[in-house]
Amino acid sequence: MEIKKTGVAGTMESSDIIVRIEPKNTEGVELTLESAVMQQYGRQIEKVIRETLEGLGVTSAYVNAVDKGALDCTVAARTLAAAYRAAESKDYVWNGGSIR
Amino acid sequence: MFDFDSIPHIKEVSACHGVYDEKNLNEKDPVSFDERQQRSKKVLPDLEEAIKRVGLKDGMTISFHHHFRNGDYVINMVMDVIAKMGIKDLTVAASSLTDCHWPLIEHIKNGVIKHIETSGLRGKLGDAVSHGLMDFPVIFRSHGGRAAAIETGELHIDVAFLGAPSCDPYGNANGYNRDSEEGSCCGSLGYAKLDALYADKCIIITDHLVSFPNTPFGIPESQVDYVVKVDNIGDPNGIMSGATRYTKNPKELLIAQYATNAIVASGYFKNNFSMQMGSGGASLAVARYLREKMLEQDIKCRFALGGITGQIVQMHEEGLVKKILDVQSFDLIAANSVKNNRFHQQIDASYYASYVNKGAAVNQLDFVILSALEVDVDFNVNVMTGSDGVIRGAVGGHPDTAAGASMTIVVCPLLRGRIPTICTKVNTVCTPGRTVDVVVTDQGIAVNPARPELYERFVEAGLPVTTIEKLRDRAERIAGKPEPIKYGEKIVGVLMYRDNTVIDVIREVID
Repeated sequence: MEIKKTGVAGTMESSDIIVRIEPKNTEGVELTLESAVMQQYGRQIEKVIRETLEGLGVTSAYVNAVDKGALDCTVAARTLAAAYRAAESKDYVWNGGSIR
Repeated sequence: MFDFDSIPHIKEVSACHGVYDEKNLNEKDPVSFDERQQRSKKVLPDLEEAIKRVGLKDGMTISFHHHFRNGDYVINMVMDVIAKMGIKDLTVAASSLTDCHWPLIEHIKNGVIKHIETSGLRGKLGDAVSHGLMDFPVIFRSHGGRAAAIETGELHIDVAFLGAPSCDPYGNANGYNRDSEEGSCCGSLGYAKLDALYADKCIIITDHLVSFPNTPFGIPESQVDYVVKVDNIGDPNGIMSGATRYTKNPKELLIAQYATNAIVASGYFKNNFSMQMGSGGASLAVARYLREKMLEQDIKCRFALGGITGQIVQMHEEGLVKKILDVQSFDLIAANSVKNNRFHQQIDASYYASYVNKGAAVNQLDFVILSALEVDVDFNVNVMTGSDGVIRGAVGGHPDTAAGASMTIVVCPLLRGRIPTICTKVNTVCTPGRTVDVVVTDQGIAVNPARPELYERFVEAGLPVTTIEKLRDRAERIAGKPEPIKYGEKIVGVLMYRDNTVIDVIREVID
């Protein structure tokens, strides 16, 4: 999946995460993450975002995420939505796609 | 006429100072009562004068109460004056400290304060202490543990600085004002009462100097050395919120329903029962649901203890709760009720919860509803450190009431945001699991295996009973297993159990 423009999904509400995905000229996903539960779940949130993007075949993007204690399913859903918006794609897979 | 020496046994009579002599009489003071009280020698022009008169010196222990909560001006005001006077190395033994006491950080850095004893810390001060601000760890005592330490003389208070919403020129002080409706009102002076009784010197700081006698008083003049009138002792809005509002949070309402049903099924819900409720959202909702059950089944409560809220007062005024024992009023309705209701009694911290006080009211509790930041599979409770390991809570009466009550119910959501409340090991043990009987979450009730009869009764009543391990597993399945918080080696806080033995320590947080 190719990131064409800025795509955003999510809110700043408690138990949600806002994910912003932007195009990048070089290979690799550059991720910045802020989280209310950084110590306990920071690595887990990063893992879910990266795996979700991998599942979509996104290999080049800037990703900025601000987390307010979202569960894994929410993190994945917001990442997917942001990526589809950034790729200007509507070929959604409604069964949860690559996510378990 | 008589011969003094010929009176039989007169030498054996104590408190007999010989023969009356008119020369020893004081001159009569013929001024009016009102003029006389205007000249009371106890009333001093300012705090500096009072601090000089009581002889405050380097290294002494001073005390404060926390009845003004987050609206308190007294602690910061007094510490600023002390700092200006150049006094150092003080121990501040407050009944508790809160967000508004962040200016103490500067006094700690400047060496004015060497050590702190308190029930809790919050906000910037809690954060700074957690990051290693002080070399001498903060000592956290429960309300009962602090009372015991003061009564036994182990915690010796040199000077108590006690704010009071009203006081007369001789020191009769109150948590409300009978002479005007203006100003602040905190209701019970429960924590201050003990400090006034045991401190070597006691200074009342008030913004309403009223005419003698300020009765009925929370603190009697016999325990007061000086009175200082200031413009404001606190921000009335921070001291008291009007009425504590009912929660609309469905999770809290569900927890409250489960907890109420557990109480009704427990065997303790019968005529003349006794209870204590907290001020958290779920606790308040329990009071509301329990009221309905009491009306339905025509059951009355003999007494409610605690931390008193408007909900309890409402039940008292309806005749559902016969008596109220109040160490601390949580809202304006409760504070006004102390003033107006004959059987709403203010009690001191020892009467409330001290383990050396055999009659302590906590020992008369059928049940108590308590909150928790974390509960572990051994039922230990943390009410002190947040999910990031930083100090932002207070022990309060938690361990005291948990130990005293026949049934201790802890109410908490299974998850707060993403953080599991039910965990394998709490970060800080405040209340030992042996004293906790029931944990009620939005996703089920766990009963301490030491109380099989409660388990049986809850199952029979069709309550959603499970095990504490299953609650923990469920929380971790939803949220994922959290990585542990990173602590340094330095001990920044020491948790005293209510018998003043060390139950846990708090270590420095590494960001």
